[in-house]
Amino acid sequence: MHLAYPAVLAALLFCTGLYGVLARRNAILVLMSVELMLNAVNLNLVAFDVWLSRTTRETLHSGQALTLFTIAIAAAEIGIGLAIVLAVYRNRGTSDIDKLRDTAEGHETDGPDSDALTAEQAGRAGKTEATA
Amino acid sequence: MTTTTLAVLVPLLPFLGAAAGLLLGRTAPGFVRPLAVVPILAALVLAVLVAADQGGGQALDATTELTPTGSVPIELSVHIDGFAALVAVLVGVVATCVQVYSTGYLRDDPRYPSYAALVSLFTSAMLLVVYSGDLIVLLVGWEIMGICSYFLVGHYWETPEARAASIKAFLVTKLGDVPFLIGLFALATETGSFRITTVLGAVAHGGLDHPTVIALLLLAGVAGKSAQFPLHTWLPDAMAGPTPVSALIHAATMVAAGVYFVARLLPVFEASRAAMVVLAVMAAVTMLGSGLAALAQDDIKRVLAYSTIGQLGYMTGALAVGERGAAVFHLLTHGAFKALLFLAAGVVIHAAGTNSLAAMSRMTNLRDRVPDAFWTMTVALLALAAIPPFSGFFSKESVLGAAEHVVTGHAEQIPEASGWITLVAGLVTALLTAAYATRLWLLAFHGRGAEAPDHGRQPLTMTVVLWVLAVPSLALGAFTFRLLPDWFDGHDLTPTLITSVVGTGLALAGVIVTYAAWRHTTALAARVPLGAVAAHPEGDAGLVEAEAIASHAPVYGGVAYAPDPADPGRLLLGPLHRHAAVGFHLDAVYATLFVRPVQAGASLVRFLDREVVETYVRGAGALPRLLGAAVRRAQTGNVQTYVSALLAGTVVLAVAVLLVATGA
Amino acid sequence: MTLSAAEHGFLSPTGVEIAFLLVGLVTFGAALVTVTTRQLVHAALWLVVTLGGLAVEYLLLTAEFIAWVQVLIYVGSVVVLLLFGLMLTKAPIGRSPDADSGNRWAALTVAVAAAAALVWVVVDAFRTTWVDLDGPASGTTAVTGASLFQNWVLPFEALSVLLLAALVGAIVLSRKAKAESNSPPVNSRATTGGSPSVPDSRNHPIGGQAPVGQSKSAVEQGPAEQEGAR
Repeated sequence: MHLAYPAVLAALLFCTGLYGVLARRNAILVLMSVELMLNAVNLNLVAFDVWLSRTTRETLHSGQALTLFTIAIAAAEIGIGLAIVLAVYRNRGTSDIDKLRDTAEGHETDGPDSDALTAEQAGRAGKTEATA
Repeated sequence: MTTTTLAVLVPLLPFLGAAAGLLLGRTAPGFVRPLAVVPILAALVLAVLVAADQGGGQALDATTELTPTGSVPIELSVHIDGFAALVAVLVGVVATCVQVYSTGYLRDDPRYPSYAALVSLFTSAMLLVVYSGDLIVLLVGWEIMGICSYFLVGHYWETPEARAASIKAFLVTKLGDVPFLIGLFALATETGSFRITTVLGAVAHGGLDHPTVIALLLLAGVAGKSAQFPLHTWLPDAMAGPTPVSALIHAATMVAAGVYFVARLLPVFEASRAAMVVLAVMAAVTMLGSGLAALAQDDIKRVLAYSTIGQLGYMTGALAVGERGAAVFHLLTHGAFKALLFLAAGVVIHAAGTNSLAAMSRMTNLRDRVPDAFWTMTVALLALAAIPPFSGFFSKESVLGAAEHVVTGHAEQIPEASGWITLVAGLVTALLTAAYATRLWLLAFHGRGAEAPDHGRQPLTMTVVLWVLAVPSLALGAFTFRLLPDWFDGHDLTPTLITSVVGTGLALAGVIVTYAAWRHTTALAARVPLGAVAAHPEGDAGLVEAEAIASHAPVYGGVAYAPDPADPGRLLLGPLHRHAAVGFHLDAVYATLFVRPVQAGASLVRFLDREVVETYVRGAGALPRLLGAAVRRAQTGNVQTYVSALLAGTVVLAVAVLLVATGA
Repeated sequence: MTLSAAEHGFLSPTGVEIAFLLVGLVTFGAALVTVTTRQLVHAALWLVVTLGGLAVEYLLLTAEFIAWVQVLIYVGSVVVLLLFGLMLTKAPIGRSPDADSGNRWAALTVAVAAAAALVWVVVDAFRTTWVDLDGPASGTTAVTGASLFQNWVLPFEALSVLLLAALVGAIVLSRKAKAESNSPPVNSRATTGGSPSVPDSRNHPIGGQAPVGQSKSAVEQGPAEQEGAR
């Protein structure tokens, strides 16, 4: 099989996930898009591992091992990410990313929830985006 | 201990005393007075021992180089010849007297600890100047004296006069110090050393290429420190300081430093005939002008200040005719009797409650209130007026004799012009000196009018030192003029007949004329009531004096002037009196020539800074602020926008790197 | 390499390649629908299709074990978690008009540019590379297990610690305030020790006056949380 097929498929999936991260409003949809990006990377890892293990007799299988680790870490990430989204939702009543604008200059009060805002929550919102 | 060790300890002890006084002044007030007096007394004893060891013989030299200092080495060295040994003894005596006197004079002053420490530091610096064999080390002491004089003159800094006077003293002496420093460097460059002995050796072999320039540059510093025309204006104003400070600065230490410096480096000045003539002219103008000005002053201390300037003129004149023995001889006697005059004046001011001669001339019995001050001041004034056999007579006659020596052509390397200038000016000044000394004596102690206020006896510390100083004032000249040539250059210091007769005659004439004028005008005194006394006569002398100084200008219309028709000086000087009272308008001239242009320049600079430079600065600030306001709009808080921009940038960079890598 | 590449042109694909291409098209299409659909729950379901497609691709690449792990973890648990998350945040059922933020055109530009750059680079680099899939499978459970527990034991164990930490962290973060105050003291101390900030901020609204909006939302979210607890 040509290596170009899985590689191109991975690139396209990655960019799809990228679009999702940048364009989706709901934080959970953003998390889904992140999963897409991670899977694209996994596909690359597996394809290159198969190629290298055949051509250079590499027996370490580092690509597949790394894929397994990525899957595990992705599972952990999704758990933490969802917990954070839930916490934000409980505090703010929304999980829309573009409503969490506490880092904006001027910090205008644009909703009833912004009053309840604290530095901690702002930090948590920032963490959500960092995870995304 | 070797003589060198003793000599090193002489400036070191007062310095340590000053440091300890400054450190302990607040925590242990009980130690302040011993710390002030004892180190200086010890320094005096050591200075006497050094002088006895040296004995006028071979000069004592000791040198150690602390660290290499580049092209011209700077060394810690002492150079003790007869001049240094004797001047150090004088400094020690006067400083000890001043410290003892100050314990009484500033008895209740809250700032006494720092004052005493500064006096000690001042003395230490002067002793350093006297003993130092290296010009840069000498300069260190020279500058320490400058800054100490600033602090001491400004001791009563609550009064505007003292503040102005301290700044003026500092700036004017500093004005002379700048050319002085350049002159020192030029001298060291041409002779290759800062050591005085090496410098003098090089000069003796004709090693100076530009003697006139160097001598004139050095002369500027000397004129500043020794209050010679035209840089003398700081000295009369410095009377705003406490009286013991005046005695210290103006009798033995700071003003003597300039004369002493020239005496040390006299061969450098002798190498240039022009410099000698300039020195003579400077001395003559200083003597005559100060004599006239002293006749017109109302403040008793300002009379003494101008007399100091005049007597320093005598010393400068002696140097101008190349006779440093006479100059230092006069320095010694003058140091004794001028310190006595100032200290006695402090007692008189305390007793009278005023520093105005016009007010004192309206008090009877002042001399009975302060008999010690009266008698010692009489002795000192006789010495000042150069009446034989008081000490001033012998030293002054040695100066005039040296001038005559030059005039008659016995000294070929000295220009005859400087001899004539010094001789004539010296003789005229003898007349003036006697006149203002008489005026001071008559006005202060022979007033008529109300009874002088009685504040009880003066403190013992203040009166005892007067008698201590009266001894050298009386006898220093007569007993030493035969011995001193062994310590100095060996020139004869015996008064010559002609100058003695003429000088004494002129002095007596001055006394008689002033007495006659006083008899003529004193009747007016009763008709024109005048005067004010201090508000707190029961306070210590320092407080009384500060109040007297502060009230002089508002009461009498000027720090130096009083509208007193009973003043004999007014009759003697005639139309000159008005100008003499303000020091011949020299301050006004300086204000026009220097102060106003500088102030105008300062306002120009201020304008340029505020209006021109500031505009650029403001513009430089406004542009980034505008840009910042524009950029701030991008800060929406929407994280997705941020990440979009971040990734777009990443893509652009990656593509660019790829294009470069593939060579497209 | 060049020899083998010369043998296999793009115009004469093998059977595996055709299968890979078809499944890849399905996968990519499902991914596109996932990020563009306006129905949030559908997005999660289309994500299942994408992840499943990827599992098939792994199988085609002879990475058998990875494929089953993919199915188990992603399809089996991650998507279920995401669906729970959607429900707990009361995601609207049906079409929601505002599923995409105003940033979508910028996002589209960036994504397309990135895709173009990546595809160009990847194709340019691996145009002629051939992967020989014949012979013993390189990703069987036996092979993977051997390599994992021979060469990768230490990272594997470290990963278990990470997972445990993530587990504890997720629990702490999603605890409710009420459960916190009712829980036994030992537990409470442990959780506050782990992450004190969250319960604190929920217990004591900072700023002195409790804002109306917050208290209202706290009341509103009651049923949803009970639903989640069930």
